[in-house]
Amino acid sequence: MTRPLLTESEGCGAGTDDAPEVRPAYLAVYLLLGIAFGVVLTRSEVLSWFRIQEMFRFQSFRMYGIIGSAVATAAVSTAILKRSGLRSAAGEAISIPKKELGSGVRYAAGGTIFGLGWALTGACPGPLFALVGNGVSVMLAAVLSAIVGTWIYGLLRPRLPH
Amino acid sequence: MVNQMTAWLFNEWPWYVAGPVIGLFVPALLLVGNKAFGVSGNLRHLCAAILPAKVEFFRYDWRRVGLWNLVFLAGILIGGFLTFHTGAANDIAISAETRTTLARLGIHDFSGVAPHELFTWHALLTARGFVSVVVGGFLVGFGTAYAGGCTSGHAISGLANFELPSLIAVVGFFAGGLAATWFILPFVIGR
Repeated sequence: MTRPLLTESEGCGAGTDDAPEVRPAYLAVYLLLGIAFGVVLTRSEVLSWFRIQEMFRFQSFRMYGIIGSAVATAAVSTAILKRSGLRSAAGEAISIPKKELGSGVRYAAGGTIFGLGWALTGACPGPLFALVGNGVSVMLAAVLSAIVGTWIYGLLRPRLPH
Repeated sequence: MVNQMTAWLFNEWPWYVAGPVIGLFVPALLLVGNKAFGVSGNLRHLCAAILPAKVEFFRYDWRRVGLWNLVFLAGILIGGFLTFHTGAANDIAISAETRTTLARLGIHDFSGVAPHELFTWHALLTARGFVSVVVGGFLVGFGTAYAGGCTSGHAISGLANFELPSLIAVVGFFAGGLAATWFILPFVIGR
């Protein structure tokens, strides 16, 4: 029960508790980036249940091409960023904290559980919200259920292997 | 000319455009405020904001840690809305094999981004709709919290940073996805 709060690697983008306060002007930038991401998720069709089925049935290269080229682009651009020594617009040194491996159980088990849900809903967390915007309003129920799932994880966390 | 320039905005993007654009969100967020690209952390922030109760996992300053990401999340919803109302209502051009396979399993309506047989409020009252939406959503929330990330945080940010934990998680994503697609969905959709 006394497990320390591993905020560093908790949830993608969870950040750390000593993260600086974000200024309102920057929130507007994050909003615009989010809008752009919603457009991308829709136009790339990665939010589509049909596309996810096509991927898991190995019947199209499309999703693999998208994920592969996204990873390659992110890897090359962040490597350049790290070497450039640039600071962020908000003034922080750019750093990407490494996730702790531990026993690895949480990644294997949690990953597999998420994978089951990914195929059933045909959506990962970003697309769940983009789908609501796209008029698939029943995905609000999926969002609510996902929040409940995260809450139950939080409750059981001290008893689960990590 | 203008039509050609704007056509891409209103139609399906090829993978070699979509993928790199998605990948660029990682350096973009780092450049703006040294933020890690990842959506599922928001489910935790929402729990911390709505009902932290006495659960240690949710007792942190969600505004300072996660407000930027919740704003990004709201943007995703708005972006989906704007795109939906500006583009052509194209059906998803999935491969003929996928169409055949899904039709054999019991999916016959291929209009829209998700099959209406599973993803409408009415379908929610059926076993297959309930499993797809409610059970699936629960597993997404539980699994991403347990794994500490989703497709964006592990598959894209994590793999791009060459992290072993993320590789293990992504192998898990596909193991779970393949199992659900090949062994669970036929029973779910068939009902």
